[in-house]
Amino acid sequence: MTYLAKPKLLRADAPKNALGYTRRDYEGAISTLCAGCGHDSISAAVVQACFDLDIEPHRVAKLSGIGCSSKTPDYFLGASHGFNTTHGRMPSVLTGAALANRDLLYLGVSGDGDSASIGIGQFAHAMRRGVNMTYIVENNGVYGLTKGQFSATTDKGSKNKRGVVNNDTPIDLMALALQLGASYVARSFSGDKEQLIPLIKGALRHRGPAVIDVISPCVTFNNHAGSTKSYDYVREHNEAVNRLDFILPRDQINASYEPGSLRRVVQHDGSILHLRKLGNDYDPSDRVGAMNHLQERHALGEIVTGLLYVDSSAEDLHRHLNTVEKPLNQLGDAYLCPGGKALEALNASLR
Amino acid sequence: MNHHKTGREVQRLADFWPHVKSAGLFFSVASVPGFARRQTVLQCTIPAVGEPLPILPQYPVTGDRAHVKPTNIGAHEYFHKVVDCQWACPAHTPVPEYIRLIAAGRYSDAYMINWRSNVFPGILGRVCDRPCEPACRRGRVDKEPVAICRLKRVAADLKDDIRDRLPLAPEKKNGKRVACIGCGPASLTVARDLAVIGYQVSIFDSGATPGGMVRSQIPKFRLPDSVIDEECGYILDLGVEAYFNHWVKSLKDVLAEGWDAVFVGTGAPRGRDAEIPGRQEAAAHIQIGIDWLANVAFGHTTKIARRVIVLGGGNTAMDCCRSARRMGGEDVKVIVRSGFEEMKASPWEKEEAIHEGIPILNMRVPKEFRHENGTLTGVLFEIVRAEYDAKGRRSLIPTGEPDEFHACDEVLVAIGQENAFPWIEKDIGLEFDKWGMPVLNEATLQSTLPKVFFGGDAALGPKNIITAAAQGHEAAISIDLFCRGKDQLKRPPPMVNLVSQKMGIHEWSYDNQVSEEERKKVPVKALEKTLKDIKLELELGFDPFMACAEAERCLNCDIETVFTVKTCIECDACVDICPTECITFTANGEEDDLRGRLKAPAKIRDQALYVSDTLKTGRVMVKDENICLHCGMCAERCPTGAWDMQKFFLQCAEAGTEARRT
Repeated sequence: MTYLAKPKLLRADAPKNALGYTRRDYEGAISTLCAGCGHDSISAAVVQACFDLDIEPHRVAKLSGIGCSSKTPDYFLGASHGFNTTHGRMPSVLTGAALANRDLLYLGVSGDGDSASIGIGQFAHAMRRGVNMTYIVENNGVYGLTKGQFSATTDKGSKNKRGVVNNDTPIDLMALALQLGASYVARSFSGDKEQLIPLIKGALRHRGPAVIDVISPCVTFNNHAGSTKSYDYVREHNEAVNRLDFILPRDQINASYEPGSLRRVVQHDGSILHLRKLGNDYDPSDRVGAMNHLQERHALGEIVTGLLYVDSSAEDLHRHLNTVEKPLNQLGDAYLCPGGKALEALNASLR
Repeated sequence: MNHHKTGREVQRLADFWPHVKSAGLFFSVASVPGFARRQTVLQCTIPAVGEPLPILPQYPVTGDRAHVKPTNIGAHEYFHKVVDCQWACPAHTPVPEYIRLIAAGRYSDAYMINWRSNVFPGILGRVCDRPCEPACRRGRVDKEPVAICRLKRVAADLKDDIRDRLPLAPEKKNGKRVACIGCGPASLTVARDLAVIGYQVSIFDSGATPGGMVRSQIPKFRLPDSVIDEECGYILDLGVEAYFNHWVKSLKDVLAEGWDAVFVGTGAPRGRDAEIPGRQEAAAHIQIGIDWLANVAFGHTTKIARRVIVLGGGNTAMDCCRSARRMGGEDVKVIVRSGFEEMKASPWEKEEAIHEGIPILNMRVPKEFRHENGTLTGVLFEIVRAEYDAKGRRSLIPTGEPDEFHACDEVLVAIGQENAFPWIEKDIGLEFDKWGMPVLNEATLQSTLPKVFFGGDAALGPKNIITAAAQGHEAAISIDLFCRGKDQLKRPPPMVNLVSQKMGIHEWSYDNQVSEEERKKVPVKALEKTLKDIKLELELGFDPFMACAEAERCLNCDIETVFTVKTCIECDACVDICPTECITFTANGEEDDLRGRLKAPAKIRDQALYVSDTLKTGRVMVKDENICLHCGMCAERCPTGAWDMQKFFLQCAEAGTEARRT
């Protein structure tokens, strides 16, 4: 961590996006996490993604629970709405906020403890309900804030800093998300922003629950030999199924791809996901295939990354519940409270 | 199940997937015998059965492609160049070091650092040409550079009595005698450097006081005599024999006196004249700028006509017009051939002139001095525009507009200075080139007559005081080597030091918080007062509070970012925290390609890239030095100490330093 705020001085040619903001305008307070924490790289990736997508900071609501990961929304998008909920309860608070105002972009930030332990029920239900959100799990496989105990995502056989071996079976949140109906499922690594940033962009522009599991090494408690979530281990065992190029509808496509090497997915808002195939023919539109692939490769000790599954035509919670388009705070009193006669009519219809 | 392949098997696999091979391979761990380090995959995961998995191109590996070599930070030139101000200073003054001392209130220490490098801190702190300021990194990330020059003045103004810190000349001399012709900054520097190592130095000057052009040409409202007396005095007090009012008529005679070496520091004493019609007839009302300034400086001239035109656009022209205003000139104008931006005068001197109500008219070439029976009535100008040819050479083309007449009573001609060596005989073996300049070895400043050395404006043409001091140092080194019979081309190296500034996890022995204040303006006395008294110094100088605030604007570029490959875990913490995005981890490549691929493309080519050796993932760390704020955040964020902030200190060699024995 650093005590000093970042100097405001900019280079004269610092790029600006369509809104006239520089990347620095999407930053938050100075991080208080340990130096070298993977979470800070994820924050930087969120900053870059929002800058690239010309997102107005006031149009974003960032919600989190408790933990090192859940501290990070303070370190990016300083001008956005924020809500630090109780432990593991980010998904339900976010669901409520989303129902009240669908005009905002909802970004949930959580960790392996917050989502796979205390909040696993909340995680499961947000996925199955189809809440329109981006859900980033900053997964370091350790309880960093309480000095390094194994978490629910620690791999079986992984050693802690003192050499103790974990015997419990890990929870694979992405396997869970696939099974529960999430419509955009990805895994990435905090040390590979080239992969992570397009995945975040695709998630922010996806309709429905978009979840990204980001392996994020804990430099203090989980970056030693024997850990399966260290920088070195993840780099050695990282097996990407594809590389994503995120393309806004307005962008010109300059890249050329070899025939048959590309899968093109158009999302509901016209944004395009170009998935460059790597190695064997992985089909990101096959939910069952994705689940199988994840299990198979996990058994081989590999960490599968990339966009595992996407359903660009998925519906979300608003459609399921047929909610009103306008945010509740913009509806007049008369509309929200139609009066005694309307209540009587309603009651009568139910008798 | 994991199966580790040997390097050779992996190579076979790579051949199997051409697209994998072309994109490069992911590798880790140490090297395998028989494989070039950058071309092999050292460990990969293969499923137990069936077709082996492709080896994923995590990061492209350079292979045999051209790539930038790792930066050699062991050569002092690399880090020296990062300290832009010090690099730009002809005398290589350790600028950030003395600025930090000023911020700490250690004015005497700051003065001594300056005194050693540039000899005249009080003088230069007022009238230096400041090559350091346009080079200042702050100017590239903020509106204006640090006021380096005026901070130097603070050190000189606020210091204690420093006489007991000055070196003494040894009582026992080395028996060598050196004559310096002229008592300007170059000669005085030679005298200082040689006197303290035992030489008997004698200075000859036609004037009555030391200082040369510093005293005769710079108006007193910019540089009071007291400052010149003090700083020349420190040198003359080293047992240097000074002969004033002594006009040297013949170099041959000087050489006959048996000196071991002679240094010529006679400046560029001849002002160029405007040879246009009317010059002879109206001669009584037309004066050469530098001669007129000298007459003013020594009190021979005390008044000027009401309407004055100054011809020329250099600093001498600015001194002339501002002096004329103070001598009683009410309607003073500067009229220049070139455009405003191309004028040779420093921007701040132009500003001062304008501030004092002096208009500057550009693109006007003087055509004729108009007079009535020898009484000047004005000057006729042709209006021109500038055109540049393919090589960037300028020519002034008449616009065809009617000529412009400006009425005046007196003209000061300040259109350049020339060297003049009428006192050097042509038959003594000292060669001159076709421009009348002595033929010198530029590295040693030695002339074709081995005993005779040149420095300052007399050496390579008119420049400025700081260049004269720098050349004085070099000439002193050459004279010392010459007198000891050593090879003058084996120059002593500078004293260099590089040491970590880490004091604790977040503590550095320098103030790494970057000030966001704007450049401070030097307070000045009221114009009504200063325009009445030519000897009254206009600028008041910074007070200690302003000085501290201005000093804090310095980015401490000499606190270098030093990167160690073997401790880096490639966590990206430095990349994420860097306020100016100057760090990138990427595949190596050709320099142009690499510059374009950085997080913030490095467009300024003369600012170096700091490129590391290859890291574990096959990438390299690349840092664009151009916009680094030296805030140390990368080092604070680094979990393994792969980044460190280390202070680079370089002090140029002085005469008497031994060259490296290699």
